Amino acid sequence: MGEFLHLLASGLALGGVYAIMALALVMIYQATQLINFAQGEMAMFSTYVAWKLMDSGWPYWRAFAATVLVSFIGGVVIERVVVRPFARAPILASVIVSIGLAFIFNSLAGYLYGYSVTSFDSPFGDRPLFGGGYMSAHEAGAVLVSLCVLAVVYAFFRFTPLGLAMRAAAQNPVSSRLVGIRVGWMLALGWGLAAAIGSIAGMMAAPIVYLDPNMMFGILLYAFAGAVLGGIDNPFGAAFGGFAVGVMENLVGAYVVGPEVKLSVALAIIVAVLVWRPSGLFGRRLVARV
Amino acid sequence: MARRNGRIASIVTAAVVIVALAIPFFASGYRLYQGSQVLILAIALLGLNLLTGFNGQISLGHGAFFAIGGYGTAILMAKLGVPYWAAIPIASVVCFIAGFLFGFPALRFGGLYLALATFALAVAMPQMLSYKGFDAYTGGPMGLLLTKPHAPFGLPLSGDQWLYLFCLAFAAALYWAAVNLVRGRVGRGLIAIRDHPIAAETMGVNAALYKTTCFGVSALYAGVAGGLSAIVVGFVSPESFGLPLSLAFLVGIVVGGLASLGGMLFGAVFIEFVPNVADQLTVNFGESAKALPGAVYGVLLILVMALMPAGVAGAARALASLAARFFAPARRRTM
Amino acid sequence: MSAPILEAKGLEAWYGPVKALHGVDFEVEDGGVTAVLGANGAGKTTILRALSGLIRRAGDLRFRGRPIGALSTEDIARLGIAHVPDGRGTFVDLTVEENLRLGAYTRADRQAVRADFDRVFGLFPRLAERRRQQAGTLSGGEQQMLAIARALLMRPSLLMLDEPSFGLAPLVVAEIFRALGGINRDEGASLLLVEQNASLALDLADHAVLIETGNVALSGPARAIRDDDAVRRAYLGY
Repeated sequence: MGEFLHLLASGLALGGVYAIMALALVMIYQATQLINFAQGEMAMFSTYVAWKLMDSGWPYWRAFAATVLVSFIGGVVIERVVVRPFARAPILASVIVSIGLAFIFNSLAGYLYGYSVTSFDSPFGDRPLFGGGYMSAHEAGAVLVSLCVLAVVYAFFRFTPLGLAMRAAAQNPVSSRLVGIRVGWMLALGWGLAAAIGSIAGMMAAPIVYLDPNMMFGILLYAFAGAVLGGIDNPFGAAFGGFAVGVMENLVGAYVVGPEVKLSVALAIIVAVLVWRPSGLFGRRLVARV
Repeated sequence: MARRNGRIASIVTAAVVIVALAIPFFASGYRLYQGSQVLILAIALLGLNLLTGFNGQISLGHGAFFAIGGYGTAILMAKLGVPYWAAIPIASVVCFIAGFLFGFPALRFGGLYLALATFALAVAMPQMLSYKGFDAYTGGPMGLLLTKPHAPFGLPLSGDQWLYLFCLAFAAALYWAAVNLVRGRVGRGLIAIRDHPIAAETMGVNAALYKTTCFGVSALYAGVAGGLSAIVVGFVSPESFGLPLSLAFLVGIVVGGLASLGGMLFGAVFIEFVPNVADQLTVNFGESAKALPGAVYGVLLILVMALMPAGVAGAARALASLAARFFAPARRRTM
Repeated sequence: MSAPILEAKGLEAWYGPVKALHGVDFEVEDGGVTAVLGANGAGKTTILRALSGLIRRAGDLRFRGRPIGALSTEDIARLGIAHVPDGRGTFVDLTVEENLRLGAYTRADRQAVRADFDRVFGLFPRLAERRRQQAGTLSGGEQQMLAIARALLMRPSLLMLDEPSFGLAPLVVAEIFRALGGINRDEGASLLLVEQNASLALDLADHAVLIETGNVALSGPARAIRDDDAVRRAYLGY
């Protein structure tokens, strides 16, 4: 029982990371109908930025805030400079460009910070909570941070005019223009927000999976699985999917197939959902326009 | 004009063939090995290009079929004693079936979701290959070792030379097959499905059959390449078949030229030698030079998409027509 | 004679490579109502799309004397031109209230916006009842009212409507046109009204333009066109 609870708890902790990455992926998908394959590498790069700041003496939360801000700006810039020119290009071109971005971020991180695995401190410390064995302080903190991010993003989109405008721009760009919304900038803001969220995911994941340029491939895969499971056009369904994948990965990994093949659980989830219920648990039924 | 371009194409092809045949007698050791690798990669790229360039199905996981071919061949040879020249065809049939079967659910995915699913396949593959449950066959995380074959019938060739020619034979045959596929009715069907899927269906093209078969064929190509690679390299291990391999294939077809078969040779040369150059640079510039291939790949992917979406092959074709027009401006049109 | 609020001279427009308007001239008087009439496919909707910058266009277009032919759609909207598109263009997944708030998105004067909310709810009480409902669940007539209300919340000087009567029951249409008349009279908004229902449009309009395959066939005072039997029978089918 103890082990089950521990698996559940750590599944939720990483699940929180997957949930907010899935949220970032879905935000961009809703606005552009494209998947950003570089989301993981961008998050990894942001985490290195945070690490570098802390290495130079910055206290954790200040480095955290600065990283989130820098990532936001970076996301906006990338959308305007790299993504915008391909707005009307076929899907294959956009996929290739986002893979290109992934390569660039991965190499940049390797070049600037080296390829050796580094440890990354958690602001919550590593002490086990609740009498030991179930959940570490960081894992609890990570779940909390994830829930906070989800709450803040929800509030932003639901209650602020800018959030409303971004939702409108994603759903109906033409009508949005007709009321004076600058749709192009809404897309850029969406990328910025996604990059900022991704950076938080990276900073929460790093103490668990350790910092190295390839840390986010697996996490990105789980985030994809979460987004697909929850419904790729439903942000909070996707977040739920992320938590679910985190827990499933741990439980299936421990009790069914063995922890060395956990990634195939993600693969199985993706294929199964796409075959049986492509719109995911909470997504809208997709109708192909002829 | 077409006749002139056709002549240039024939000259280029002849030159390539002559160079390809000459290589084993002028290069040796590592260079010859690299030559074989280029041929192997070219086969894999041909397969991926058929699927993605000609048929528009995005696969970010072709390394997985390469792996199935490689491991299939290795298992047949090391565990079941099948000779290498039989192991490859058998493994490639397995790959065709695997690709064909994967193509079915792929019909429902389409576009972006297929990219996602194949991405998942690529990331999950190394773990699946090193799975303890299969390691009686796969050798687990350690992989399998293979003995390199010798030249048959007592031919005066070294093992490396023979292997190179063996790869060349496959590459030539598969290239010829691809060219004929693409030029014929099937090829036109594939392209129609890529560009106007609904119109193609209404014109009687059985899109489902074409697409799944195309998946199977492209997996077969990747499988042959994987099998050849297993033999040439002498071992298979899970680490060599991960996401980086699949993404390298993508880079290869983009740089070489989407929907250009001839360009695949250039793509293969590119993805074989760029990491090599980077490795050599680490001697002078240290660890950080390891970042070079990724950076080059990334920048090139974006630049090629922006400036010359038809890749090197397209650029070469454009240059050739430009040159032809420049050198014979006064040539009268003969009807 | 007041200066026109909108002038178009030699307006051409393309859908991709296909040319849909071949040099159309018309104007909208400041505070007036101009109706654009014609058969299906004549190019009426195209005119509005061209004015809003949604499709490729050329020609001398001026709003209050200021050229707008090179402006983006958002900038044209921000000038005070509200375009209610064909199909209504409601944000179907958002609530009625959210749709309306989007109309006021570019405005900074909160108090005036609140007053405008009250006004549109007074004009269309059904919208007030359905405030928190998802816009996609509204009936066709209610969605049309919503689209107009949203445009009104922009406090436009020029309101362009594309077939507001389309697919609606006569009673609903009458209600809408009454509201439009009120908007023009009481708020001084100029109207550019594209309509297939010529009689309704001619009752409301001061001025009318008849479009036929991308060209102006006829233009003149609305009353004259309405009272001219020959024109009515030839062009308007009644």
